[in-house]
Amino acid sequence: MKSVVALSALAISLVSSFAAIAAQEVNIYSYRQPYLVKPVVAEFTQKTGIKVNVVFAKKGLVERLTREGKHTKADLLLTTDISRLMELTDKGLTQPVKSTVLKRNVPAHLRDEDNEWFALTTRVRNLYLSKERMAGVTLRYEDLSDPKYQGKICTRSGKHPYSVALISSMIAHHGYDDAKVWLEGFKDNLARRPQGNDRAQIKAIAQGQCDIALGNSYYFGKILMNDLQKVWAESVKITFPNQQDRGAHVNVSGMALTKYAKNKKAAIKLMEYLTGNSAQNFYSEINLEYPVKKGVRVSKLVASWGEFKADNLAMSAIAGNRQLALKMLDEVKFDL
Amino acid sequence: MFINLNIKWPAFSWLLSLLLFSPLLAIIWQSFGDDHNIFSHLWQTVLPDYLLNTLLVVIGVAVSSMLIGVPLAWLIAMCQFPMRGFFVWALLLPLAMPSYVVAYIYTDLFEYAGPVQRWLREFFSWQSPQDYWFFEIRSVSGAIAMLTLVLFPYVYLLARTAFLEQSTSLLHSSRMLGCSPWQSFVRISLPLARPAISVAIALVAMESLADFAVVNYFSVPTLTTAVYDTWLGYGSLAAAARLSAMMIAVLFVLISIERLGRSKQQLYQKTTGQETKERFELRGFNAFITVLFCSLIFGLAFLLPFVTLIDLAIDYFEQSWNEQFIQYSINSLMLATIVSVCCIVIGLLLSFYKRLSNQRYAYIPSKISSTGYALPGTVLAIGVLIPLSFLDHQLNELFEWLGREGPGLILSGSLFAIVVGYVVRFVAIAIGSIESSFNKVTPSLDMVSTTLGLSPLQMLIRVHLPLVRKGCFAAALLVFIESMKELPAALLLRPFNFETLATYVYQYVSDEQLELGALAAIVIVMVGLIPLIFLNRSLEQQH
Repeated sequence: MKSVVALSALAISLVSSFAAIAAQEVNIYSYRQPYLVKPVVAEFTQKTGIKVNVVFAKKGLVERLTREGKHTKADLLLTTDISRLMELTDKGLTQPVKSTVLKRNVPAHLRDEDNEWFALTTRVRNLYLSKERMAGVTLRYEDLSDPKYQGKICTRSGKHPYSVALISSMIAHHGYDDAKVWLEGFKDNLARRPQGNDRAQIKAIAQGQCDIALGNSYYFGKILMNDLQKVWAESVKITFPNQQDRGAHVNVSGMALTKYAKNKKAAIKLMEYLTGNSAQNFYSEINLEYPVKKGVRVSKLVASWGEFKADNLAMSAIAGNRQLALKMLDEVKFDL
Repeated sequence: MFINLNIKWPAFSWLLSLLLFSPLLAIIWQSFGDDHNIFSHLWQTVLPDYLLNTLLVVIGVAVSSMLIGVPLAWLIAMCQFPMRGFFVWALLLPLAMPSYVVAYIYTDLFEYAGPVQRWLREFFSWQSPQDYWFFEIRSVSGAIAMLTLVLFPYVYLLARTAFLEQSTSLLHSSRMLGCSPWQSFVRISLPLARPAISVAIALVAMESLADFAVVNYFSVPTLTTAVYDTWLGYGSLAAAARLSAMMIAVLFVLISIERLGRSKQQLYQKTTGQETKERFELRGFNAFITVLFCSLIFGLAFLLPFVTLIDLAIDYFEQSWNEQFIQYSINSLMLATIVSVCCIVIGLLLSFYKRLSNQRYAYIPSKISSTGYALPGTVLAIGVLIPLSFLDHQLNELFEWLGREGPGLILSGSLFAIVVGYVVRFVAIAIGSIESSFNKVTPSLDMVSTTLGLSPLQMLIRVHLPLVRKGCFAAALLVFIESMKELPAALLLRPFNFETLATYVYQYVSDEQLELGALAAIVIVMVGLIPLIFLNRSLEQQH
């Protein structure tokens, strides 16, 4: 019994030591890995003296925020997908931000109408093709279901947010029934069960397991920048689909201010900083994403892939079809 | 039984177990919410496939862990052979390996683009996947193999403890009465060790049921996948909770079948303390096969992944060295220590109550406290968050009512939440291991100590504790190592800027860049070695 008492005393003392709060700070719940977040915010802290604290998790942060309600310590949310941003605003967990800086830095179609969320970067869902076996070929997303490519395509899980967003956009453009026929054809063309991340797809093309793969733009660049993995990318080319019609599918990473943010002023300062030249440059040069701010250039490597036309489907349409896309994936048994 | 416990014991035990059960209760409560027909949609589409995969993985891992763990335990405990002194502790090492790291390394090795298949292609000049057959590592059987490699040490450890605690006089008697070594193993040792083995198998089954990292990495959809899909994809906690409840039901059925099998058995034994253990001396071919078997398991489950990690860590040392490693190690160690101590204390109290009480339902507290282990980590984390944040809100309102500023989220927003999450998840290990040790202590000791005037608490401390010490040690070790590796609960429940080794490694593994987290993974393993060596010494001391 004594030990129980002693332990609870220990636990409480630990709790109180962690509950201490410093003066000027911003607390972030992040779906992005800390190694991508920390370098950017480190500079912010250096310039402003505002401390930035981060909790990173890939799952469940929205739920945690909901449960914490008005007592939450989180001020800012960072996500890697439009659906999550919309989920936050739909659940009433965010608040509008009035900032001329944000308005100036983020183009209108990349932020919420009511200013509840803002995109930080955009990323394209590219098609990677084998240089040798797909020489001279350009593809549309629609071609993924062409029986000609049976056994030639690789992709990551259909349930991954990036895949779901692409399928949502297909539903928006073609309607549910046609999109489903497309997804079934796509599944029949797979060289292997959906698996691995986007990097793994490039590796699979390099090794000859497939000729075509779906992947986000920056993964290709990240592989080129990795000395040991660079060889995989050498036999693979990156292409932008649907350039003759609606353009390539684009998703965003973004941020939102929580409804009960305690450090609102500092948090908005950080939001403005993240859309500013310095942070946008970092996203562009180090993460190889497309910056949202006009005037900030994409990195040389990304620029070498050429200009492209982006699908201008509203972000809200992508998020709105998400449930349908998930149901379709189950019906088609895409991952099984 | 014959001892009259005063009201404190049952009250305390029930209260404690209800606290430990509250996260699950919260989940069950959630499952009555509206799920917008998602459950029926799943049932009509993918759920039967998921269910089949789940059963295959759970049963596959349980059976193969037993087939590897029990023979190893018996060989080490009862036989003498070359290098035995090394294997005694070496076979525990795989425990320190996080399953997601092992899965990652083997996939890298055996997938189409991996070195093994590449080499085969070059050697036989095959051009494409159609030219030859090679097993698919990312499959149900691959997942079974990976989980077995990291989970078999449970069976090995608990079975070995059971074999060591066995009275040699029983074995001597059996030999004197004409049993061959094999017969004496099957007719005496194995039945005596059965409670411990079945506890270990139950733990292994629960762990594989709750696993998300490996099956997700292998894209083998199971019930856990469905739980995450429904909750994070469809945004329906109700449907996810319903699936979790289903998983628990599957588990209860499996465990009850085993319990039923030995419900009529009562096994007690005494060691006099003056026995000398003599091991069977293995020679020649037998010794060779034994060493080969031990080396193979050790090589696959530990050596190969560990060497790969070291290789990666050297290649990427500059990018992955981080001066905060020491802080992360301290965080991990501190957390794991607190959690193991809590689990052991709770395990002792609940098992002891169950032993002494004469109430019909006295087995329930320890039973319901053990259910947290089978829940996928993130779901459990939400389960913990629901009651804790509820309490936080009440507390803050109380403060406001008193006209003071509330303390904020002191329960759900602090380290306390992680500790609770870990204890709820891992107390099953402690309860299982301690109960099986208690079961071997003859009730006549309870009678004697009561007759001599000891109170229950005195009896626990002075009589039983020394006897079940080994079971406690084994349990503490398992809880410690699991806490070092545990991930999903830590990720979601941690306070700001709180990083453990596991969360640090995971941010890279989740991005399929293990090379950058390899160094930290090595530290997890090394830190895990310390208690392993400790435990092993205490197990071997008297024998």
